[in-house]
Amino acid sequence: MDPVRKRTKDSFKSCDSTHLAPFPDEVLEKVLSLVKSHKDRSSVSLVCKDWYNADRWSRGKIFIGNCYSVSPEIVARRFPNIRSVTLKGKPRFSDFNLVPQNWGADIHSWLVVFARVYPFLEELRLKRMVVSDESLEFLANSFPGFKVLSLLSCDGFSTDGLKAIATHCKNLTELDIQENGIDDLGGGWLSCFPETFVSLEVLNFASLNSDVTFDALERLVNRCKTLRVLKVNKHISLDQLQKLLLRAPQLMEVGTGSFQQELVPRQFSELETAFKSCKNLHTISGLWEASSVYLPVIYPACVNLTYLNLSYATLQSDELSKLLPNCSNLRRLWVLDTVEDKGLEAVGSSCPLLEELRVFPADPFDQDMVHGVTESGFVAVSNGCRKLHYVLYFCRQMTNAAVATIVKNCPDFTHFRLCIMNPGQPDYLTSEPMDEAFGAVVKTCTKLQRLAVSGLLTDRTFEYIGKYAKNLETLSVAFAGSSDWGMQSVMEGCPRLRKLEIRDCPFGNAALLSGLDKYESMRSLWMSACNVTMNGCRLLAKNMPRLNVEVIKDDESDDNEADKVYVYRTVVGPRRDAPPFVLTL
Amino acid sequence: MSLQTEEKAPNMETNKGLNLKATELRLGLPGSESPERNSSEEKDGKNGYSHLVTSGAKRVFSDTINGVSGKWVFSGNGGSDGEVPQNGGLFSPRGGAKILGGGGGEKSVVKENVIPATEKKKNQAAGVPHAAKAQVVGWPPIRSFRKNSMAINPPKNDSDAEEKLGSGCLYVKVSMDGAPYLRKVDLKTYSSYLDLSSGLEKMFSCFTIGQCGSHGATARDGLSESRLVDLLHGSEYVLTYEDKDGDWMLVGDVPWNMFTETCKRMRIMKSCDATGLAPRAMEKCRNRN
Repeated sequence: MDPVRKRTKDSFKSCDSTHLAPFPDEVLEKVLSLVKSHKDRSSVSLVCKDWYNADRWSRGKIFIGNCYSVSPEIVARRFPNIRSVTLKGKPRFSDFNLVPQNWGADIHSWLVVFARVYPFLEELRLKRMVVSDESLEFLANSFPGFKVLSLLSCDGFSTDGLKAIATHCKNLTELDIQENGIDDLGGGWLSCFPETFVSLEVLNFASLNSDVTFDALERLVNRCKTLRVLKVNKHISLDQLQKLLLRAPQLMEVGTGSFQQELVPRQFSELETAFKSCKNLHTISGLWEASSVYLPVIYPACVNLTYLNLSYATLQSDELSKLLPNCSNLRRLWVLDTVEDKGLEAVGSSCPLLEELRVFPADPFDQDMVHGVTESGFVAVSNGCRKLHYVLYFCRQMTNAAVATIVKNCPDFTHFRLCIMNPGQPDYLTSEPMDEAFGAVVKTCTKLQRLAVSGLLTDRTFEYIGKYAKNLETLSVAFAGSSDWGMQSVMEGCPRLRKLEIRDCPFGNAALLSGLDKYESMRSLWMSACNVTMNGCRLLAKNMPRLNVEVIKDDESDDNEADKVYVYRTVVGPRRDAPPFVLTL
Repeated sequence: MSLQTEEKAPNMETNKGLNLKATELRLGLPGSESPERNSSEEKDGKNGYSHLVTSGAKRVFSDTINGVSGKWVFSGNGGSDGEVPQNGGLFSPRGGAKILGGGGGEKSVVKENVIPATEKKKNQAAGVPHAAKAQVVGWPPIRSFRKNSMAINPPKNDSDAEEKLGSGCLYVKVSMDGAPYLRKVDLKTYSSYLDLSSGLEKMFSCFTIGQCGSHGATARDGLSESRLVDLLHGSEYVLTYEDKDGDWMLVGDVPWNMFTETCKRMRIMKSCDATGLAPRAMEKCRNRN
């Protein structure tokens, strides 16, 4: 049922001796279909009309970073053969409750169009979208070949919606439900997979809170021989896990359930054997409440691990120090700051191949009891892990000197996200602003794509960013800067900037308007609790008709304050589904 | 799924009255050094919280720049590194209400939740520490899912030992004098005091061994658990718990089942601090039976 291809026989006739014979469409499309990255695909489509068409017909996968930048109708018109859709909705700060409920980003209108135009749709990956149970049911019933459903940080649905998916998607290969605002009405959804259903390859329900019927899970795992990713939730106990692993030794990624069960020695060794038998295991996560008593069961599997997510296990430094020497191949490590600097020293000494480190705070709001990690832990990691290029680090103290050392050790940072948890906190040794720290980062790390800054920062930081961060695409700023000049420096300096999110900074209209020429080349700008006014926003909207300038008003603020501003480029004009509190200027 | 702000505000205040102890954290914002000084803030027309709340960063930020040293301390209501809680702050570990209303919901909610000046003073007079939460929404930037999962501290408005998801768990906090942080244990996984005791020993051995002056991680293997046993059962430490009435008792006096039902949290205390506990425990036991 492929739509009829447009033939360009004419192009053959029109070529003369000075032109090379153009490729026939089929060849061009075949070649272009090997171009996978959506950015490259976009570039391809801009070369000439033939290539635009070839891309059009052969594009099977589409990525839409902002669901309001385009409409489903336009997508459908341009790309007739889509099988896989990735859509992102709300601004990222909605993860931190900065965007009110009912803001938008509902998937349903997209699904209605897709059902009409892409009956063969196979994959849907959504991030920060609103998805209702009705939408999930509609999805399950509209696309007979549907294979992959991935929902990350979405909200609006319940486990009933999952029931519909499990019941009707006969060809499902992937069900990945991560960290969503879900109404958990019970674990019965898992039992809805029919006994004839065998195609599952990826199952991730780690963030669902209710109990699934273990029996049903065990049978499901047993009959899905191609299952390679299994991430269960906390309710699955250790001996249940052991049974699952025995049924699925081919697993490549395992997310365990709770690790806090008491095991007798026989159970312990059975579990150890189960882990040992998973020869393809390269990722372990979950490990809820893992204590050092039972952690050794994973030791046999550790040597092959490339990704270990301990961010739900309150490990102490010596527990981590015992575990890590087994994990010499680790590339990605997520931990809690309960491991403290000492634990991070072990990271530095045991994992020389480490590329990504994320340290989360175990208790971000409790100031007294927890010490967490400091600058010396970070330095220790940088000393031992010279390939480090992605870091997310939550800490309570930092110094400029330490950051300078860190980037000297690891100049290849592409993602540097430092969160000094006390806003506006200076270098704790010198009491100076942290400007020089981020100056060092942008000067040294020329490949930097993503930066999140924190601590006491003046405009200087932003001058540095504007001057040096030539590859920067995403910048997150909170409680920083001294004047409009800070933001202006960034808007005037960073040629590759795509996403800018700012909160609680003294940037006003002059800063906002300094980016007038830039916003169309960016995906979006978010500014909340800054000094921008409605008039400034109106001016921006007036001058840039192809941007949506949206203001979310707070009831308490006075009329001219623009409390939350969200600016994004779009080809479809103002939203038609905006709730009353969103004003499009 | 959105809740009325009015619903939550009274709850928050009541719970604060019930549950706070002098040892609880005191929270303050820039410009409000400590509860006592709030009165002068209020005279300036700037309630320590509302000025943050109503105008966002503007005035707060200028406070910081002007060198006002106050600590920013945040409620557990802010952001999340996971699911966006549609039920707002119900899942927040601190039990504080961070409810997402309609447009501009957060700010108006926050304002509602701020305890007005007179009540603050009342609370202080009653010996209840300053309780209004610092309402900086979404900071530190951690998703709900992670916040809710990692609740090491039970919600402040719990009067019973925290019931975690699922009925089969009974998590209580265990602190040890001198240890840098708390642990949590599930009382349901133990069947007797002996069981509990050995479980705790394993959990806290690293701290005590550290205190013995030995070296770091490896010490744990070599050094005797017997050494720790001596510490726990000998003269150095005693195991105490706080019961439903808020009294601190020695562990072991009541039948195990009664203990699991009444234990709110535990503390491994230095023996010297534990004098005077025993008589009360006996008395209580007598009163109960």
